[in-house]
Amino acid sequence: MKIQTLSLTLLLIIFWLLNSGLFKPLIFILGAISVVLVLLISSRMKVIDEESQPLHLTKNIPAYYAWLLKELVMSNIKVVSTIWQGHLQLQPALTTIKMDHLSDMGKVIYANSISLTPGTVTTDVTENSITVHALDKSSIADIQSGAMEARVRKLDN
Amino acid sequence: MSMLTTYLSWASLVLGGFLCVSGSVGLLRFPDFFTRMHAASVTDTLATGMILVGLMFQAPTWIVFGKLFMILVFVLLTGPTAGHALAKAALHSGLKPLLPGKSGKIETDANPSTGGV
Amino acid sequence: MFTAAAIAVLVAMALALVRAYAGPTLYDRILAVNVFGTKTVLLIAIVGFLTGRPEFLDIVMVYALMNFITVIGILRFFEYSVAQATANSETIGEK
Repeated sequence: MKIQTLSLTLLLIIFWLLNSGLFKPLIFILGAISVVLVLLISSRMKVIDEESQPLHLTKNIPAYYAWLLKELVMSNIKVVSTIWQGHLQLQPALTTIKMDHLSDMGKVIYANSISLTPGTVTTDVTENSITVHALDKSSIADIQSGAMEARVRKLDN
Repeated sequence: MSMLTTYLSWASLVLGGFLCVSGSVGLLRFPDFFTRMHAASVTDTLATGMILVGLMFQAPTWIVFGKLFMILVFVLLTGPTAGHALAKAALHSGLKPLLPGKSGKIETDANPSTGGV
Repeated sequence: MFTAAAIAVLVAMALALVRAYAGPTLYDRILAVNVFGTKTVLLIAIVGFLTGRPEFLDIVMVYALMNFITVIGILRFFEYSVAQATANSETIGEK
């Protein structure tokens, strides 16, 4: 029995309890049946692995989320102030940015973090580069400075 | 419920409402699809976050709190995925992003995007 | 206070509808529908609190998931039909 199976079981139990909110024997039995069924299906689909349950990230992820939240607020302020400008003067940019080697998980986290922050959207990811559309050129420079990439790299190992 | 959480909740809800309207105004004002997408991601991230946090402050039970948190996580996880899928599909279909030309700036009322589809 | 937030969300929804109606390209419309869906999620959550029935949150969760699936589904549908159309007219050779 892998540790991922255990974590998935725990996650499903919490999910069920949170959604039902009823603590009666019948509901518990139904919940147990559902959890076992989902576990069986996911083990047959062979999706219980480090990819679906990235437990090795657990140690570093709270710091990363805190940093991402800060970035999120900053870029939101930037985009909202652009929206309410009297006379729009945009400098959008579509640029391909090189990146050093990251694991697959790292690439996904990196690209999704870029998409999540307003003002930048990832349009393509390849082996060693990402293509980003930005509302303003300065956001591209921010990404090129590599602060986020360094964070993801730290998170990933 | 103490006064503090009530005030915090009100502040979050008002800010969230403002961000919601801002995102939609951006959706209307921006000149082409790709820039509009950035405006839409404001409503997907911080506006949703502030409103749901504002509701969390007033949650009567922990179950309600947990559900609100779960909705927030869903929205934050699916937002960038949908945005990326949209951007990639638009690029592949041949929709060109509006980029600043030699003059360097894009004016508001330059010709708006004349898309392919 | 919930009423104010609900009104703000409703105004934002109306603006998103204007974009969905006006949007010059297909993708603008899909984007507007996506934004509209996110606002619906917020509106139902707020209305649930406004009427003092947090059970609405279950519906909210379903809407949040459905919104995502809708966008992906519509995109898949149009990606194929647009690819077909461009292959027929041969306007865009790049794939």
